[in-house]
Amino acid sequence: MQSETKSRVDQLTSPAGHPVSVLRFEGDIASTSKDAVLGTYQGLPKQSTKLILLDFSKVDYINSSGIALVIQLLIEAANAGQKVFAYGLSPHFTKVFTMVGITKYAGLFPGQSEALAAL
Amino acid sequence: MSGVKAMGAKPTTVEVRLPSRLGYEKVAMSTAAAVAKLMGFREDRVEDLKTAVAEACINAMEHGNRLNEGLSVGVVLSAGPEGLEVKVIDDGKGLRTLPPKPDIDRKIHGEEDPRGMGMFLIQALVDEAEWVAGANGKSSYVRLVIRLDPPTQ
Repeated sequence: MQSETKSRVDQLTSPAGHPVSVLRFEGDIASTSKDAVLGTYQGLPKQSTKLILLDFSKVDYINSSGIALVIQLLIEAANAGQKVFAYGLSPHFTKVFTMVGITKYAGLFPGQSEALAAL
Repeated sequence: MSGVKAMGAKPTTVEVRLPSRLGYEKVAMSTAAAVAKLMGFREDRVEDLKTAVAEACINAMEHGNRLNEGLSVGVVLSAGPEGLEVKVIDDGKGLRTLPPKPDIDRKIHGEEDPRGMGMFLIQALVDEAEWVAGANGKSSYVRLVIRLDPPTQ
């Protein structure tokens, strides 16, 4: 019933010249998304990855278990000295992420170009 | 049709019964959204309701029915002139106390479980939320209310 979460990584460079790892998600982000969210993140090389951008533009449904996975990603990123940003959330999930405090640890942007321009 | 007037003063009831299987909360979400749209709720309030109903169903499946697929989760939507009441019913004993408000700083620093946002979201997204323990340790429910905006002049 829960749609499988697809994920992939693109390596981009911000206009300021910084390498950015973009984790693109598609489908639901729920309890079944551990591999797609944490597994994909954990596959990034720790040494060379300093800026991470989460792309939620193709995600329709995020529940509290999915939010917990995003928080676990933020915990691991904080411990590795990485900075995390996100874009593509609907207005509703932007509100939800703000309510639970995720925006304190992951800056939100409306789109990829705005996010990259700020990095 | 302008939702509230068309619904009349007598509540209109819609009921859904879900298996205790994660993912099926989306059936309740879709049903609640359809009813809320018929009542004339704004799109942002429909989204709030969807998340609150989904979280209530997930709690009922996981904690109330312990993911026992032999037990179902009942969802009763009652549309009235002032708003929509949703009861999500499970076979658990219900809550004795509500968990504390989650603290993102404590979560990030590993002092609090990253999970545990569901009940906070429910309370934050609807106008009323109450958890009622059922008699004989069964048929506990959470009751949510989302009110329609008063009509503008």
